[in-house]
Amino acid sequence: MRIILILIQKEFLQVFRNKTLLPLIFVLPIVQLLVLVNAATQEMRNIKVVIVDQDYSSLSRQLVSKFDASDFFNVQKVIDNKQDGIELFKNGSSDMILVIKNDTEADLLNNQESSVQILTNAINSTRAQLSFAYARSVISDFNYDLKIELSDFNVGKRIQTQSLFWFNTELNSKYYMLPGILVILLTIIGMFMSAMNLVREKEIGTMEQINVTPVRKSQFIIAKLVPFWIIGIFELTLGLFIGKLVYDIPIVGNLMVLYSFAAVYLIAILGFGLFLSTLANTQQQVMLMSFFFLLVFVMMSGIFTAYENMPTWAKIIDIVNPLYYFMNVVRMVLLKGSGFADVAKYFYGISGIALLIVPLAIWNYRKTS
Amino acid sequence: MNEEVVIKVSHLYKKFGHFTANDDLNFEVFKGEIFGFLGANGAGKTTAMRILCGLSTPTSGEVNVAGLDVGTCADAVKAKIGYMSQKFSLYEDLTIWENMRLYAGIYGVNKNEFRMRGEELLRELNMCDERNRLISTLSLGWKQKLAFMVAMIHKPQIVFLDEPTSGVDPITRRQFWELIYEAAANGVTIFVTTHYMDEAEYCDRVSIMVDGRIEALDTPSQLKIDHNVSSMNDLFLKLIR
Repeated sequence: MRIILILIQKEFLQVFRNKTLLPLIFVLPIVQLLVLVNAATQEMRNIKVVIVDQDYSSLSRQLVSKFDASDFFNVQKVIDNKQDGIELFKNGSSDMILVIKNDTEADLLNNQESSVQILTNAINSTRAQLSFAYARSVISDFNYDLKIELSDFNVGKRIQTQSLFWFNTELNSKYYMLPGILVILLTIIGMFMSAMNLVREKEIGTMEQINVTPVRKSQFIIAKLVPFWIIGIFELTLGLFIGKLVYDIPIVGNLMVLYSFAAVYLIAILGFGLFLSTLANTQQQVMLMSFFFLLVFVMMSGIFTAYENMPTWAKIIDIVNPLYYFMNVVRMVLLKGSGFADVAKYFYGISGIALLIVPLAIWNYRKTS
Repeated sequence: MNEEVVIKVSHLYKKFGHFTANDDLNFEVFKGEIFGFLGANGAGKTTAMRILCGLSTPTSGEVNVAGLDVGTCADAVKAKIGYMSQKFSLYEDLTIWENMRLYAGIYGVNKNEFRMRGEELLRELNMCDERNRLISTLSLGWKQKLAFMVAMIHKPQIVFLDEPTSGVDPITRRQFWELIYEAAANGVTIFVTTHYMDEAEYCDRVSIMVDGRIEALDTPSQLKIDHNVSSMNDLFLKLIR
């Protein structure tokens, strides 16, 4: 026990003397949370729309002003030539084209039916689908107004949809992104710092001096794990603090649940970093390996995309993805107020990974070559 | 000289693929002696030394250090030996005192014992006022002397020194050897590799390795008589050719 404490003391002395690492511990979370949370927004405002109005009717003008009034759309131009619209589309100055063809109003009045055409730029398919959905809802609203207007009396018989967004009533994407970015932050701190630290000792030769002492492999690995675990918990606290202060993120659940989970998560991710470092001989190698896994873990964690939409094989891979567990738990606890019982299944998962990877790192660390 | 055997190596082989780094090494080292382990670059000195310290496993053969088999009780052997690698390996971002405290702690030297031992070693080095200097600010000569002292912090029975004086100025080399003599006088066995033939003359016994084999092993004076040469330098050149 005393040996572990002495090794931990040494790690802390080194971290606090490291002129590059120390500022990074403080600056990294602040910058990440201030910049990324704002930048990585999924909200769509100002969809640039060009309207091709060939009808020149009162109806078409009403529709144009309806779009203009919407928060989501920014009507760039109203023109009469579809080809010109497509040119604007191609050179990127418009995201969507709404075509109101000649006789739209007349068709509606005579045949009780008419149509408009919507073209969207689908380079980003999510954005295309969403802007299409927004446009449809604007038009369906417009339809309803129209019915009232044309039939002089309330049409009645209509199913109205009323939506309530539970757990994030304002659909504030920052409430969604911030916890996710917090998870990535903890992962970077955990995985990279521990891995680089151990491999650095291999590179400069201090590892050999340690290997020639009777220190046990488990003592050495645990002493590498503890300091970064403490730093990780500190980062989580700092991140939540910034989240509350700057973005006023809701903290509906019990922070005890979150911290308990983070405690286990950090052991798992630090263990993973240390395991990688037992495989590598240079910092460059371990850096590349960590990046590879970080990218896979992040993209499969469900931070940007819904886990439910992933194919089954990907869901199976996620069983060993520590980020998947934390990404779910952090949002469940902060936004929904989930308790221990609700996140139990994630707890088991992450504990399983931690219990597997730390012994693996100890086992694979070689005192003798 | 005490005839107690502290290192016994028999039929030690170390192969890396088709390359044989250590080819049937057999020797004994006695308690309190300064044993010079000589050889050209790449002769297999460091490989053998790393095996003796439990940093590397032999392909075959028996290695007994401080009365224990290195293969089966590596950690117990490690507690009884000190090692100073070819590459300087104290923590540059820690101070002299912090490095000493760290290694004392790792070897299980208790606090009070360490305070006395640490002061004693610093006095010997004349560095009492420098204890709070970062290692990175020290010159190579000081670093090497300090590394030797740190290797001695737990009063090991045997100290392994891998080219401790390479790149060090003549005055510091002399001071270093004075430290070695003092340790040997206190009963510590010194196992040292070097490329300086004047240093070889200081050893009680030397072995000379050529291409993974020990070609000569005896006291420096006896070796010179046997091979009919006037200096260790001539002997070395004669054997290596």
